[in-house]
Amino acid sequence: MDLIANHISHRFGDLAVLDDVSFTVGAGEVVAIVGPSGCGKSTLLSILGGLLQPTSGAPELRGAPPADSLNPLTFVFQDFALLPWATVEENVEFPLLHTQVSATQRRALVEDALRRTGLTDFRKTYPKQLSGGMRQRVGISRALAVRPAILLMDEPLSALDSQTRELLMEDFVRLLADGGMGAVYVTHNLEEAARLADRIVVLSRRPGRIREVVSVPMTRAERGEIAAREKLLALQNQIWSLIRNEAIDAEREVQHA
Amino acid sequence: MLDRATEPSTKDAVTRRVRFRGAGFVPASSRFGGWIALALVIAIWQAAGSTGLVNPLFLPAPSAIVRAIYELALSGALWQHLSASLLRIGVGWLLGTAAGIAVGFAIGLSRLARSVGITFISALFPIPKIALLPLLILWLGIGEEPKIATIALGVFFSTAISVYSGVDAVPRNLIRMAQSFNVPFATIVRKVVWPGALPAILAGFRITASVALLLVVSAEMIGAQYGIGAFVLQAGNLMQTDQLLAGVVILSAFGLVVGRVINWLETRLLHWR
Repeated sequence: MDLIANHISHRFGDLAVLDDVSFTVGAGEVVAIVGPSGCGKSTLLSILGGLLQPTSGAPELRGAPPADSLNPLTFVFQDFALLPWATVEENVEFPLLHTQVSATQRRALVEDALRRTGLTDFRKTYPKQLSGGMRQRVGISRALAVRPAILLMDEPLSALDSQTRELLMEDFVRLLADGGMGAVYVTHNLEEAARLADRIVVLSRRPGRIREVVSVPMTRAERGEIAAREKLLALQNQIWSLIRNEAIDAEREVQHA
Repeated sequence: MLDRATEPSTKDAVTRRVRFRGAGFVPASSRFGGWIALALVIAIWQAAGSTGLVNPLFLPAPSAIVRAIYELALSGALWQHLSASLLRIGVGWLLGTAAGIAVGFAIGLSRLARSVGITFISALFPIPKIALLPLLILWLGIGEEPKIATIALGVFFSTAISVYSGVDAVPRNLIRMAQSFNVPFATIVRKVVWPGALPAILAGFRITASVALLLVVSAEMIGAQYGIGAFVLQAGNLMQTDQLLAGVVILSAFGLVVGRVINWLETRLLHWR
């Protein structure tokens, strides 16, 4: 199943946020979206996932989703969006409760999702008892439970400290390697984009337009090796040079009340 | 460079400690302080009564109040008055709360209910509900109904307001999360909005409990044979200040018990906070 951004534009009132953005995420492909802050990255992801109606254009799907997928387009949120009154297990089970799956199957899906994120021993704890990294693991576990075809990840690591980010990045590399799962990964962190993505969509400053689509010519496994470091850094620098001036402008912009 | 930093800058200068200036602003309540103070006040009050410093007609000693409560309990009058009040509070509070929760959720979830509901609530909420009692007596007769209706009305408005504020305060991102998993509307209301609004709803109970108590006493003072309010008024008319204060103490005790029940509910239902 492919996810297509078909000429998507969006305005918030007078403010043009996205301008004619088009690209395709192929089956199993990981596409990162980067750009200066305020370029509409998160807005674009909300539109792609059907949580926000674009002013013009549309998100589209091509081809059938995998047969076992209960929610082909599944979000992982920056702020985790966990139900604070529910345990880890209940949070992971939440998106399955209204589906047609049997109780036995539901338990198996929850079990599998908890195991893949290393949360099995934490099933009875509440979100407030967990560290930020573990909370985001619950968010990822919940997403895995519904067998997504494409993960829509909205700055999933930006609320976390750098060590936790590093650990979760390793999890992402592993999960995206074995699942045949695709992802749209919104981030302002170029290193994360270069580590994970097959292609990197670079957006311009508001209103966000596609400036360039950069391919990462390595497998994700190769990128973990020391030899790949230099190439990845060069890639990051190339993207940074595209964004830098606009990032400065974006930073200096005075917000209108 | 580094070595020098560890040595005092001038050899013979005296060192001074940095003055601590972070004290205060953390009032910790001690466990027994309040009880000791309360016991002290009661003791002084008792002493003033026993020594004849205070005329018992104006302020009977605590022992006299305790005796009055004991005698009331023994004669069965206490239960007669208390049960009448409890019935009114109980029924009125339940009716007002049920209606308030329903309307509060409607206002929190539907645009139509919101525009209509908020206008009506803003207009009607400020009316002291006891002012409606005479009208309610005309409509409903002189039995229990107008008293219960007064309490229900008072409870209804406060509940509706705290419920829709609670619904409004449910984090938007949780609702978006549920929508991103195609969770149906009714399930979102049940599994996300309801638990998310529960803290505000329980906080509202604290307010409506005191509203109900205030209204039951007022209503009973206006027209009732039995009930703590009627009893207190009667005792005042007969200048039986020990009986009067016995009634007041019972009201205070009732308020404390309700507060405890709500505390218990909060620890049971909101343990996740």
